[in-house]
Amino acid sequence: MRQRIMQRVGFALLALTSLIVVVPILLVVGIIVARGLNAVSWEFLTAMPREGMRAGGILPAIVGTILLTLGTALAAIPVGVAGAIYLSEYASDNIFTRSIRLAIINLAGIPSVVYGLFGLGLFVIFLRFGTSILAGSLTLAIMTLPIIVSTTEEALRSVPMEFRTVSASLGGTRWQGIWKIILPQAFPGIVTGVLLGLLRAAGETAPILFTVATFFLPRLPQSVFDQTMALPYHLFVISTQVPGMPMEIQYGTALVLLVLVLSLNLVATLLRSYFRRRRQW
Amino acid sequence: MAKIEVEHLYFYYGSKLVIEDISLEIETYKITALIGPSGCGKSTFLRCLNRMNDTIPGTRHRGRILLDGQDIYDPHLDVVTLRQRVGMVFQRPNPFPQSVYNNVAFGPRVQGLKHGQNLDEVVERSLREVDLWDEVKDNLNQDALSLSLGQQQRLCIARTISIRPDVILMDEPASALDPISTLHLEDLMRELVQDYTIVIVTHNMQQAARVSDDTAFFLTDDGQVGKLVEFGPTGRVFSAPEDTRTENYITGRFG
Repeated sequence: MRQRIMQRVGFALLALTSLIVVVPILLVVGIIVARGLNAVSWEFLTAMPREGMRAGGILPAIVGTILLTLGTALAAIPVGVAGAIYLSEYASDNIFTRSIRLAIINLAGIPSVVYGLFGLGLFVIFLRFGTSILAGSLTLAIMTLPIIVSTTEEALRSVPMEFRTVSASLGGTRWQGIWKIILPQAFPGIVTGVLLGLLRAAGETAPILFTVATFFLPRLPQSVFDQTMALPYHLFVISTQVPGMPMEIQYGTALVLLVLVLSLNLVATLLRSYFRRRRQW
Repeated sequence: MAKIEVEHLYFYYGSKLVIEDISLEIETYKITALIGPSGCGKSTFLRCLNRMNDTIPGTRHRGRILLDGQDIYDPHLDVVTLRQRVGMVFQRPNPFPQSVYNNVAFGPRVQGLKHGQNLDEVVERSLREVDLWDEVKDNLNQDALSLSLGQQQRLCIARTISIRPDVILMDEPASALDPISTLHLEDLMRELVQDYTIVIVTHNMQQAARVSDDTAFFLTDDGQVGKLVEFGPTGRVFSAPEDTRTENYITGRFG
């Protein structure tokens, strides 16, 4: 009897702690939606900012963030997935590959502002890309790579070894086994990892601070060498740098960023559950 | 006529010797059973025959294995080609988690056979050869994992014979199956041996006695090294074993 009560108490505590995880998310989303929804209108999403950003819309920031995320995807996905395939399927365990793995783990731990400075040094100054979408995307891509490599490698390793063996026993080359059997099985995991990486890139401020983002540029970028506004930096600017900024616009901007990021997250979740229903072992 | 001749084969995992000085001949269009207690090296020996052990790092061998008179470790012989000639069926049914059709079509496809009539014919022929065609012909796109275990194992055999190997290696192919499916599989092996040379590892001595033409009895010595104790026609090995250890094993005194 006593034990049963103790167990009840224990379970109640566990339930409480998991509630603590959920509450901040609900509060953040709830407050931003409640206070920002009024600001979001068709004009807000499709117009240029006016009157020192205190009126009008945030179109250039939305477009900037979408372009940066696309650029990051173009640069990071091929390199990250190819690297993970090499590490998981081809590389033998030696000093060289161990140092690659160590580098990946360490890359993931570097503060994002350091990536920003690195991008400034390498892409903006040394490679003369200037502060541009190209430089910003590449900086974000380098920051995203460790996430993509490690989640893709994880996904590849979760495919049972015996499928590789069977493929070899049927006279398939290593690559044929990877392409026809392993990658299709690992695909949902890879997609999830890639989207989670991009999601983080879309919301980052520090790496784009020195490499691409501008304070105020009320037109759309024309080439990859243009600067652009971007939602996270724009949010930082209007929250701290512009006196007399209506709160509503700040919350509205936060809401748009949140919806963009959460919809990527939703896509990842939907894809995962779609593939999980088809997978049976 | 011998399909495979093994001459003084030694095999090592790292520095550990696992099988020692094995010599035997595997006859064409016959079923050769490898029997013996767990850990006696019979599976390792089987996996030497199509160099599947090569996929494990740190393994090496001494001695020769000749397939149709050609050394399978000859550097001029491509290991991929070897495995297309010496196919393998594994202990647990392990179809790819894809459709029935794609499972059988995998081998022909990696050999370069494209979609269409030819591939359909190969799939149908392979499934007919394992008596699975009538059970799956109405829905070749169903997931292979929705089949029963016995059907899955026959599908795996169909996948193996889709590329027309000379030899089929079977590593305890019935150990995950129920008795009815096991009998079905044994009947199938008797049919397949008309066209293929089969080598089977089995724990089940009745099975070896029922299906095989030749039997090789493996045993470990005190140093845990696998050796070939006796090899000969199955009837003779089971009725009049020359070695007392063979007699003790098949009469169930140990193992």
